[in-house]
Amino acid sequence: MSKKITIEPVTRVEGHGKVTIFMDDKNNVTQSRLHIVEFRGFERFVQGRPYWEAPVLVQRLCGICPVSHHLAAAKALDVIVGAGNGDGLTPVGEKMRRLMHYGQFFQSHVLHFFHLSSPDFLFGIDGDPLQRNIIGVAKANKDLAVQGVMMRKFGQEIIRLTAGKKIHGTGAIPGGINKNLTIAERDELLKGPDPLNADKMVEWSQAALEFFKNYHKANRPQVDGFAAFPSNHLSLVRKDGALDIYHGVLRAVDAEGNRILDDVDYHEYDKYIEEEVRTWSYMKFPYLKHLGKENGWYRVGPLARLNTCDFIPTPLAQKEFEEFKAYTNGKPNNMTLHYHWARLIEILHSAEVIRDLLNDPDLQSDDLVVKGKKQYEGVGVIEAPRGTLFHHYKIDENDLITMANLIVSTTHNNEPMNRAVNFTANEYMGGQQNITEPMMNAVEVAIRAYDPCLSCATHALGQMPLEMTLIGSDEQILDYKIKD
Amino acid sequence: MNKKIIATTSLAGCFGCHMSILDIDERILDLIELVEFDKSPIDDIKKFTQPVDIGIIEGGCCNSENIETLKYFRENCNILVSLGECAIMGGLPALRNGIPIEECLREAYLDGPTVQLNTEQIIPAHEELPMILDKVYPCHEIVKIDYFLPGCPPRADLIWNALYALITGNKMELPYEVIKFD
Ligand code: SF4
Repeated sequence: MSKKITIEPVTRVEGHGKVTIFMDDKNNVTQSRLHIVEFRGFERFVQGRPYWEAPVLVQRLCGICPVSHHLAAAKALDVIVGAGNGDGLTPVGEKMRRLMHYGQFFQSHVLHFFHLSSPDFLFGIDGDPLQRNIIGVAKANKDLAVQGVMMRKFGQEIIRLTAGKKIHGTGAIPGGINKNLTIAERDELLKGPDPLNADKMVEWSQAALEFFKNYHKANRPQVDGFAAFPSNHLSLVRKDGALDIYHGVLRAVDAEGNRILDDVDYHEYDKYIEEEVRTWSYMKFPYLKHLGKENGWYRVGPLARLNTCDFIPTPLAQKEFEEFKAYTNGKPNNMTLHYHWARLIEILHSAEVIRDLLNDPDLQSDDLVVKGKKQYEGVGVIEAPRGTLFHHYKIDENDLITMANLIVSTTHNNEPMNRAVNFTANEYMGGQQNITEPMMNAVEVAIRAYDPCLSCATHALGQMPLEMTLIGSDEQILDYKIKD
Repeated sequence: MNKKIIATTSLAGCFGCHMSILDIDERILDLIELVEFDKSPIDDIKKFTQPVDIGIIEGGCCNSENIETLKYFRENCNILVSLGECAIMGGLPALRNGIPIEECLREAYLDGPTVQLNTEQIIPAHEELPMILDKVYPCHEIVKIDYFLPGCPPRADLIWNALYALITGNKMELPYEVIKFD
């Protein structure tokens, strides 16, 4: 007799989704799926809008990393207004955007680590579900919660001062930006009242990294073995191989570290990437064309970025990067929970970049916008906190959008997240008669490591509580649990 | 005084309204002294565990599941608040309301430049996927909503003032800065 388990919806991740797991009569997992259950239709309904609306419209896909969409759209429109292929802005134009982007990286990664994932580290996968949240963290370890709240605030303040608003700002416009950073604004971030200043943020980033490393040291087998599997990895890297989240070329490596895409101009992304549609999810399944559906899938996000890049161009993060690389003898790291490690290294890197940028006098320049010869098509790619984000637009003579294609970060991780679900389902539920809350949370922990933004992914978003049903082959409900 | 119970959900929203709740920053620590959270995407409570005083809704309704969740909130919450433009009037997702849904699906799954050659014309449709509605509906067209907090997203100060007033029963402060919307 076979059984089906449904997990719906998943919490402490950003989006609407559910999991179904099928088991045979020996309770071996025969199939598992992460379904993304919402559809919005952005690609179609932005058609007919004037192109300059795109950066403010499309960011409403996602209120967690709106800056990524704002900037990816702006980069595509830079091409359309003839301001080069992503590297043609004035120094203040590019640096204000970078500051905005690193500010958002900082806040988004902090949100994920402190607000969404730290409860699992603090209380354990099998901790009391009522305690497993940021409020529980605040009660158990107030300093940690305060750091999380203040670090996120710092990132949000950077966004406010560069984009005009903390969420859904307007700073980036085709060909540049609409404001520079005044000396007063700069000083607010550089020397703000304790703890809201750049130095403190670097220090706290290091502390958060230590927190994770200690946790790792104490729980090595669990952290290393949890949902680990070989895969390809894809990201942007700077021309010289440095980690760069704003601009670069596409690079992908396989599980052994061989480059399977190298130095690819992202304007030609559609030559290399294709998406499969499956009936049971609104989220598509991308893969590298030349490797095909079976072998061409890959991971994106913090782990992938540290696997593809050669070095990190800030000293403190570079040191951590070396330790991270040494752990796998320089080979790509394929351990799902190491996403957290990589994410924390990126938090530190972002804090360092922010501090450097704030000290750059270019930010006070008035030369905000570049314009050239109008083009009818543009591609913009950026590394969003959760991975590589593609925006592609075409326009007509009346400046109206005629085509929009978006491949968002979480979509690339669709296959990997499904594999992670499968892994944990096998590991924790295979052969078990009853489903327990910790088993369900284990599946969620695997999904959560990818920090999925399912709102982005379906161009929709919502909450993910978790509900599981165990159904026999005769469709009879055997066991039913709601996480509460 | 008993702590007030708060629950939140995101329907067809972008999570920006929830982020704006978090943008009350340090005041979160004050808030958790005043209230207790029940079902919410920020915790692991999947079903209501008790009657709720204040339910906060982000996003309008774009599929059958949104409708169910919204009704479930109405049944269990004493006060229901529509937070942000999506909940209040459908917001940006409602831009699809003038376009047949088939066209939106076609664009995403058949015609997009990176979609594989989809000879079988596969468009997601499965028993596990909720039904897409013909339009995106504002929440007050589905259930009674008691309060509306506008903005995309509403400012953190507006959210804080409103919550504080609801929790304490005091009159809400509305300085100009918090009623500037976009
Ligand atoms: S109102 Fe704005 S911020 Fe809130 S869910 Fe809708 S798009 Fe997002």
